[in-house]
Amino acid sequence: MFLTTIASLHIGELGYIAEDSSDSIPLKLLEMGCLPGAEVELIQIAPLNDPLYICVNGSHLAIRKETAANIQIIKAEE
Amino acid sequence: MSNKRSINVALVGNPNTGKTSLFNQLTGLTQKVGNYPGVTVDKKEGVTNLSEDYKAVITDLPGTYSINPTSADETIVLRTLLNSRYDKTPDVLVVVADVENLKRNLLLFTQIKDLEIPTVLVINMADQMKRKGITVDLAVLQQELGNEVVLISARKDSSVRPVKEAIVAAFESGEASPLCEITKRIDASYFEELKQLNPKYPLYELWLMITQDIFPKDITEEDKEEVLNFKNNSKDLKKYQQKETILRYQKINQILKKVYHVDRSKATDLRARLDKIFTHKIFGYILFFGILLLIFQSIFEWATVPMDFIDATFASFSDFIKSNMGEGVLRDLITDGIIPGIGGVVIFIPQIAILFMFIAILEETGYMSRAVFLMDKIMRKFGMSGKSIIPLISGTACAIPAVMATRNISGWKERLVTILVTPFITCSARLPVYAILIALIIPNEKIFGFLSLQGFTLLCLYLLGFMTAIIAAIILHKTLKIKSNSLFVVEMPNYKLPSAKNVILDVVEKTKTFVFDAGKIILAISIVLWFLASNGPQSFQDAEKNVIENVSGQELSQDEIDQMIASARLENSYIGIMGKTVEPVIEPLGYDWKIGIALISSFAAREVFVGTLATIYSVESDDEDTTTIKERMASEMNPTTGKPRFNFPVGMSLLVFYAFAMQCMATLAIVKRETKTWKWPLIQLFGMGFLAYISSFIVYQILS
Repeated sequence: MFLTTIASLHIGELGYIAEDSSDSIPLKLLEMGCLPGAEVELIQIAPLNDPLYICVNGSHLAIRKETAANIQIIKAEE
Repeated sequence: MSNKRSINVALVGNPNTGKTSLFNQLTGLTQKVGNYPGVTVDKKEGVTNLSEDYKAVITDLPGTYSINPTSADETIVLRTLLNSRYDKTPDVLVVVADVENLKRNLLLFTQIKDLEIPTVLVINMADQMKRKGITVDLAVLQQELGNEVVLISARKDSSVRPVKEAIVAAFESGEASPLCEITKRIDASYFEELKQLNPKYPLYELWLMITQDIFPKDITEEDKEEVLNFKNNSKDLKKYQQKETILRYQKINQILKKVYHVDRSKATDLRARLDKIFTHKIFGYILFFGILLLIFQSIFEWATVPMDFIDATFASFSDFIKSNMGEGVLRDLITDGIIPGIGGVVIFIPQIAILFMFIAILEETGYMSRAVFLMDKIMRKFGMSGKSIIPLISGTACAIPAVMATRNISGWKERLVTILVTPFITCSARLPVYAILIALIIPNEKIFGFLSLQGFTLLCLYLLGFMTAIIAAIILHKTLKIKSNSLFVVEMPNYKLPSAKNVILDVVEKTKTFVFDAGKIILAISIVLWFLASNGPQSFQDAEKNVIENVSGQELSQDEIDQMIASARLENSYIGIMGKTVEPVIEPLGYDWKIGIALISSFAAREVFVGTLATIYSVESDDEDTTTIKERMASEMNPTTGKPRFNFPVGMSLLVFYAFAMQCMATLAIVKRETKTWKWPLIQLFGMGFLAYISSFIVYQILS
């Protein structure tokens, strides 16, 4: 297990949003289900490597890389 | 007539939950689109019979994920809800949720519930449950939420009855207790104090006033002062909001654990498979541009059939009136002013309707979000957002709804750049102008054996508009010094088959609004033009006498003399004098005073160009049989050269002028309302006007 961010996931990989990260997640994303402890899957990356298409807590969302790089996740070792 | 009691109901819900489907089912063709005072957000309202005792006025609020707004659209929802207790306000709120995203949808429901207004929760897309392996224990959910819950499939007619019954039940019981006053669990003493501050309002409402700075309109100054003071003494508001959201989700999870189950093995992965194609690095773009091509193809090719028909119909209608009505001022007004004027609007209903239809289908199917996803990075290079793609595509129909569609772009700079460049996109009002000029100056030939030269020219004009929009965006991006931190979050909804009813209602409503709005202006201008062209100062009265004196002794037929009299009268009419005044300015562009008149009136709306020329030439020609506008324009001669007035250089110069100039008062008015200042519309008017003048000048001077 190690700490990283959503921006460093590869397509199809999973992670869990870090428990103490709610301060760095914008309110709007929290409201859309991007909560501490929630499972995140990277579904697709747009052609120019940005934005990212993720599935978090059952919500399918597109967010920009800069936002994703601020959201810390815990990822299992490869 | 009926003595039913009328109640106000508002529909609230996340985007893509089928809220509009339910609204359409409830209200059908009774719906009307109005405006919220002061903002241009469409307010959709309709009427429905609820039961033997009640009827309802139903408002469809914009889709939102939460009542903490981040865009102009979402602010409307909060404003409506906070004003809710007063005058014309929702008596019952209907929260529409999608069964597949119930967890996230319930967040909004718990917020709404805390506002202490009778509420109905409608869970939609029940028909999808089996396929997705979802089960919901409705009775327990109802008990846990302490609220009416209805499970429906909004696209089916049978969905309406249970919703109506639940609305009546919620209204009659008046049950409006908060779900759990979650705020109290964040910091009990702080929120107890807040509650004591003003017991007139529910606690959550006070909390929203503090966090959102939006107040009910009838709040007293002292009360407002008190709330603001309390706010200034508060710390950690942001932390409390985060905590509030997390607590709400905890509560929702507790409830859903008991009532909501998904059997993953039954779920199909249609969405994943479609996403692999639609968001693919290569195929994604090919499909996107393929769809755009299909849209343009349909405007250029398919729409011409009904358009030719409409054109011919109006011409023969005008003929019919001419031969069946006694001669006089009224007949002239109808045949030379009103009919060509209205014909000028009606003729492009087919194109507008097709464009609105495609946009509605792209939105309904969920494809639009994929286009936003694909285009975001590219659009950002031009200072816009992926979400700008929706206004830019809508702009091919009309800049007015396009400017309004920028509302959901959260970054102010991205939104402003999009608003400023949208009028460069070739809108359907330019189409009649382009179509008639191209038909006059470009031969109807094929190049390379298959490509229509006229169609190709039209395509080039679209590209010209699009490229100019991009270049303007880059310039604005580099020069506008506006700091805005925008959060880009786009939901990627499930793919759905578009509902014919939703698409048709959307197209009908938007086309109707457009035609009536544009029609009013065009009709008024046609009448004013006709008046100005048929009246004038003393020289106008003397025109006939002067012509007869001048031609006396010459061998001329009565027809030729009549023609000369008509020309002289037009030249000396009020409108002729106006045209003559601007002639020196526009002469370097290749235009005469009659085109000058059309340019002046085009500043009200571009499409007036064709109608104006039609009016001018028909006032002048005084022919008994009406030819089409195109034939009249083709036979117009330039007296100094003796060649057709609309030759290649003049035509090209006009095409370029119309591509660039900001000739639409309605768009300027919308931009003013959306940007809240005259600065930006004036920059558009003069910037685009300057560009148009210089470009047309260069084009004409090079070509002639």
